[in-house]
Amino acid sequence: MNTQKTYAEINERIKTGKAVVLTVEELIVLVEQKGLTQAAREVDVVTTGTFSPMCSSGVFLSFGHSAPRIKMHRVWLNNIPAYTGIAAVDAYLGATEVPEDDPLNSNYPGEFRYGGGHVIQELAGRKPIRLKATAYGTDCYPRREIETMITLDDINEATLFNPRNAYQNYNCAVNLSSRTIYTYMGVLKPNLANAHYCSAGQLSPLLKDPYFNTIGVGTRIFLGGGIGYVAWHGTQHFPSVPKDETGRELGPAGGTLSLIGDLKQMDPQWLRGTSYPGYGATLTVGTGIPIPILNEEIARYAAAKDKDLYAPIVDYSEAYPNRRSDNLGYVSYAELKSGKIIVMGKEVSTAPLSSYPRARKIAEILKQWIQEGKFLIAEPVQLLPSPEDKIKARVLNG
Amino acid sequence: MAPERIVLRFSADISEKPIIYRLVKDYDLVINILKANVNPQKEGTMVLELTGAQYNQGLEYLRQEGVAVQPLIEGIARNESRCTMCGACTAICPTGALFIERQSMEVFFNEDKCIVCQLCVKACPMWAMEVQF
Repeated sequence: MNTQKTYAEINERIKTGKAVVLTVEELIVLVEQKGLTQAAREVDVVTTGTFSPMCSSGVFLSFGHSAPRIKMHRVWLNNIPAYTGIAAVDAYLGATEVPEDDPLNSNYPGEFRYGGGHVIQELAGRKPIRLKATAYGTDCYPRREIETMITLDDINEATLFNPRNAYQNYNCAVNLSSRTIYTYMGVLKPNLANAHYCSAGQLSPLLKDPYFNTIGVGTRIFLGGGIGYVAWHGTQHFPSVPKDETGRELGPAGGTLSLIGDLKQMDPQWLRGTSYPGYGATLTVGTGIPIPILNEEIARYAAAKDKDLYAPIVDYSEAYPNRRSDNLGYVSYAELKSGKIIVMGKEVSTAPLSSYPRARKIAEILKQWIQEGKFLIAEPVQLLPSPEDKIKARVLNG
Repeated sequence: MAPERIVLRFSADISEKPIIYRLVKDYDLVINILKANVNPQKEGTMVLELTGAQYNQGLEYLRQEGVAVQPLIEGIARNESRCTMCGACTAICPTGALFIERQSMEVFFNEDKCIVCQLCVKACPMWAMEVQF
């Protein structure tokens, strides 16, 4: 008989310490040993993880009111501008923001050594941050300037709110041109000399739930070392399951998540300021999502292996910048992780930008939290658009 | 006699002592400071050219004071606390000094294979690869 479990049953087992919780890697071994049907029956929850650069990240900060009061019009944190077009002492610091006097790419390739992501890491690490704000002054908020040191513990709220994280899948980037290029996929050597990919593959959360059967609004997750939630689908959420010419599924792609959590609970080990030469600054975010094994179908997707999951190979010298949709074929994560792939008949060295060892560690930590009974599985209050909704990306004309 | 280039490292507890002064005064050495830095943890680093008859005695004095002395060999070191083992350096590294162990996917650095080309220094998104003088 096909296994059917409910969230309530699984949570009851978690509370009584009887739940069977495995990481994805452990589930894959169990399925090999006992078969899918038996594994789906035995396992309650499978944990995933990813530790990757995620540009669409940032933090809402509420500093508290000074005396006299100030309605902040411009705000800088360690010289990084934050957005203040919201209430008086609230601001949003984006991960990719850089100092106003940064040389950017005028000294190509720019270094982008310090940006919003680095400030977020330092905030999470309880380091003192220089806050500067200016204002035009109002009757109720007369102060026009403030410059002071703050730490995460000094301010009222710090809510990490990332509009797009945990990309379901990503391109394998190559460079067909004759010069080195500096991209958000790292340094790509000329003439197809290296290939960079950016996914934990079989450990990556959204590759394990292609139809968004369990991951939805309100799903409780590991975020930056603390507990966070799925707030919504991410921006540019265009989930699909590409197939090759024979109709074989190549694994899912295109889905994204919007994530939210309390920065005060988080750990700088899992929120790391990151620099890509010639491209910019960003934040590497640790994310782990539990998948409740409600039935055998969910278990089958969760047990997908690197050899079943594929990334498109894309040229970042011409095709990508010009928004051409052509690719140079598909390659499995098993091939990518071997260190060599074949592109256009040539053997090319591969390298990841997403840390598989750290992804594995996140899946292990999340497993431990669940086993200790302190992390229950949240049933989504609303499911997210799935490949069946066929949402398509729009083109910006101009 | 050609000057020797050496790297001195001072721990926080000795970085404020007048050690270089004594090196000049007591050992009659000619010094040329090429680079000096004290980090926020008060640990000092100095690259120095040193010449004089009492060169070896001078080095002995430095070691007695607790200064780590090493010849200047430009090298690359991995800052383990910064490295997240993403692997972004591994296809850039021309000699395989930075490589991934394929079962664990952990990133390792074999200094013996490093030719100090410094490509990894810029390619590392975490600034974990550091030039040492």
